[in-house]
Amino acid sequence: MRLYVMLIYVFLYAPIGFIVGGSFNSGKQAMVWQGFSLDWYGKAFSNPLIMEALTTSLYIALVNAVLSAIIGTLTALGLQRVGGWTRAGFDALIYIAIMVPGIVIGISTLIAFVTVFDAVNPLLSVRLEMGAWAVIAAHVLFNTAVVALLVRARLQGMDRSLVEASEDLYATPFGTFRQVVLPLLAPSILAGFLLAFTFSFEDFIIAYFVAGPDVTLPIYIFSSIRRGVTPEINAVGSVVVLSSFILLIAAQLILRRSGRPAG
Amino acid sequence: MNLFMYQLHRGVVGEVDSVIEFRKVTKRFGDVVAVADNDLAVMPGEFLSILGPSGCGKTTSLRMMAGFEQPTSGEVFIRGANVTGVPAYRRPVNMVFQHYALFPHLAVSANVSYGLRQRSPKPAAAEIARAVDEALAMVRLSGYGQRRIHELSGGQQQRVALARALINRPAVLLLDEPLAALDRKLRRDMQIELQNLQRDVGITFLLVTHDQEEALSMSDRVCVMREGRIVQTGSPRELYDRPVSRYVADFVGKTNFFKGPSAGEVLSIRPELIDIAASEAELPAGVSARFSVKVLNRIFLGEHTEYVVAHARLGEFMVMAPRKTERHAGLYEIGEMIAAGWRPEAERILPND
Ligand SMILES: Nc1ncnc2c1ncn2[C@@H]1O[C@H](COP(=O)(O)OP(=O)(O)O)[C@@H](O)[C@H]1O
Ligand SMILES: [Mg+2]
Repeated sequence: MRLYVMLIYVFLYAPIGFIVGGSFNSGKQAMVWQGFSLDWYGKAFSNPLIMEALTTSLYIALVNAVLSAIIGTLTALGLQRVGGWTRAGFDALIYIAIMVPGIVIGISTLIAFVTVFDAVNPLLSVRLEMGAWAVIAAHVLFNTAVVALLVRARLQGMDRSLVEASEDLYATPFGTFRQVVLPLLAPSILAGFLLAFTFSFEDFIIAYFVAGPDVTLPIYIFSSIRRGVTPEINAVGSVVVLSSFILLIAAQLILRRSGRPAG
Repeated sequence: MNLFMYQLHRGVVGEVDSVIEFRKVTKRFGDVVAVADNDLAVMPGEFLSILGPSGCGKTTSLRMMAGFEQPTSGEVFIRGANVTGVPAYRRPVNMVFQHYALFPHLAVSANVSYGLRQRSPKPAAAEIARAVDEALAMVRLSGYGQRRIHELSGGQQQRVALARALINRPAVLLLDEPLAALDRKLRRDMQIELQNLQRDVGITFLLVTHDQEEALSMSDRVCVMREGRIVQTGSPRELYDRPVSRYVADFVGKTNFFKGPSAGEVLSIRPELIDIAASEAELPAGVSARFSVKVLNRIFLGEHTEYVVAHARLGEFMVMAPRKTERHAGLYEIGEMIAAGWRPEAERILPND
């Protein structure tokens, strides 16, 4: 049993281990160990192309996370007010948005954007085209569903009498939302925000279809690998892995803490 | 002429002396009639209980007073003003919820000050702090202001809920089975504490319960409900001594029912009004009905003993014998033949509803 579990973990994490290990290699080839060094991190962070891709990725991830958190929370709050078939229908749509593979989202958003842009561009003075905003739109589509699910689980677990107690103590509906509902939902919204950020930051598939001329970090990594793997890419990859890891752990901790009774 | 007098003059406001009032209030949930055509007036400063079995419409009544539900028909008045249709946050009443509904993300003091902080203009911070201290002292929780809610015991949470409501000095404090979640010993203490608190603050209390002992021991008046209807309102003593129907007699205290003079009536005799003795001759003078009975069961309860006895024609019934009566004869044994009887005034003929 122990050995079996360990083998699974080795299988899962060995590739990541190679990436991280390779980033400390002083030699020029990622695959041939020539001694320990942090040089490649320095090189990576002074490479303007990498820094530009990183900035684009952070920008996309942040805007996506903010929009997803807001729209997802509103979706969950709205769904609470409808019942029966309407709700079942929207529930199904949320689950579908989560289960659809990234490549399908990528292709379908690409087709949708191309169609829409072709239709409206002749009518507009500016030209709409693929780019960071198209990536954000596609990511928000998926992440809104994730946030909505998290927030809804929290809403359903929330004691309805807390809202009534607040109203009983003279708080207006908006006052109740601000002082009771929002603080109680905050952990799930924050966790949703972090998950959305992580997803967007490391997404390659969807971005590859709709990013147009803009280069995100995963797209940069993919295109430079075709020119040969240097430890510089390993360094970038290690940073991405580490930050994703931290964000996911943070989201987990927040969710777990807020799940405690009366927490 | 102030606004109130003007409204009174115009007939906009109702009975001046009631602090909260139902007029022909009915509440339906689909096919279920939760509250049926009820009239109820709560008087200032009184401790009124609504008593009835689970599902009889007690909570629904309370929720219509608080403003969480609106009547299907009829009107609700608070301090003479018609508040039908007015939402909860604009009604001068406060509620203590069954499971307290304390805000888990706020400390004790922030919970208690919540109502004051919703006022506009908002009172000064120092004034709020003083009021919170006062309210916490009132429920004997001084110094607990910075605690988190989940650090408190059930009894302490209950007292925070009371302080959170009373700090607003509501027209009426509504309590929905506030003691149901507490264990037996604590419940007894809280009953006394609630009574004292009500006397000290002079605020009208309206308590809902299915526990007749609780209703009788704490309230000035009790209102008995059955299937959405109020069947009798009166002092605990009135309900006990002069119940209007078999239902009330059965629900309020223990009693024995015998065949009544007609099909629609029953004879009710309280077990403590039945005398027992070793023989019919030894029953006290004034006891008119005398029967020879057999002891079927005996439960020793300390200050009195509960007997179940059987008579050939009347069937089984219960007798509550105080220690005093037994001093002469000692406890009667199971299987023993003894005598039982009662005075004419112990008999109560009630509609068999
Ligand atoms: N929101 C509701 N929807 C449907 N039926 C309800 C609702 N609230 C109460 N009822 C029904 O109304 C009746 C009275 O309920 P309630 O006032 O809670 O009784 P009690 O507090 O005396 O136990 C019950 O039959 C209950 O099922
Ligand atoms: Mg109830």
